[in-house]
Amino acid sequence: MEGDIAQMGQFIGAGLAAIGSGVSAIGVGHVAGNFLAGALRNPSAAAAQTATLFIGIAFAEALGIFSFLVALLLMFAV
Amino acid sequence: MAETGEGGLSIHPMDQFIVKPLFGDGPVGMFTITNATLWLALAVVSVLLLMVMTTRRRAIVPGRGQSVAELAYGFVHKMVEDVAGKDGLKYFPYIMTLFLFIVCANFLGLLPMSFTTTSHIAVTAILALGVFFTVTVLGFVKNGASFLGLFWVASAPLPLRPVLAIIELISYFVRPVSHSIRLAGNIMAGHAVLKVFAGFAAVGAVAPIAIFGMVGVYALEVLVAFIQAYVFTILTCVYLKDALHPHH
Repeated sequence: MEGDIAQMGQFIGAGLAAIGSGVSAIGVGHVAGNFLAGALRNPSAAAAQTATLFIGIAFAEALGIFSFLVALLLMFAV
Repeated sequence: MAETGEGGLSIHPMDQFIVKPLFGDGPVGMFTITNATLWLALAVVSVLLLMVMTTRRRAIVPGRGQSVAELAYGFVHKMVEDVAGKDGLKYFPYIMTLFLFIVCANFLGLLPMSFTTTSHIAVTAILALGVFFTVTVLGFVKNGASFLGLFWVASAPLPLRPVLAIIELISYFVRPVSHSIRLAGNIMAGHAVLKVFAGFAAVGAVAPIAIFGMVGVYALEVLVAFIQAYVFTILTCVYLKDALHPHH
């Protein structure tokens, strides 16, 4: 019984951690969308900024990856 | 591992990441030849094939292989020059090595039945820690104590600077963690999703949808394999730039 509750807690926690992945997806979309909005206004400047785009996406994504990691740890390592 | 229930659906998306000895079933020790060893070696061999064998003839009109090698060289060279600046070009060989190794390991991991080495944090953590220590040592060697100016944001108001220094310090030491987990997490998540779809493909009713889904996810994974190698390399360039020019 006690183990069952602990396992339930793991699964609920993993599910809650998965929210973090979704929220970081919003962040990544925000970065990419704003890049596109800027790029369409001034296409000649866009090519030089793709590196910045990817750096921004990487930083926004990092925290989502952390929450994914927490979910994985809860599922398989605890 | 969690039980998958009695529904007849048995999906084990994480089984593909198990490190197994290549010969026999003995325990995995420090020097055991495992599937990870094999695929890491294959990644190195494929880098050699791409960069050494194809450019051997030094043709003026490049063939297919040489074109790819030249493209990769030019791509990374431009990235280092743009992000880290002209004086970062001295460290171009290191960054080129990182990029080629990661991109080859990622692409080899996409082959069916292969083992994805970059999905293991053990592999990516070594790469990221290598970058972290190189960059930190380089920063102190090049700038001496003024490298600590990286944490002291001179453009901020004075009362705010100690707070910012703490935040900058934390973000500096989180770098190797996020650097390694980003690569491993992305690759692992993608491959796990592929396996989940493959598990659904065994169920008759949803099999067609699942198979088309797999094709889509696989295409996405090819993209992710390249983009994550690119992101790893470009972040290395950013860290290198911080080490060479620590003042904001």
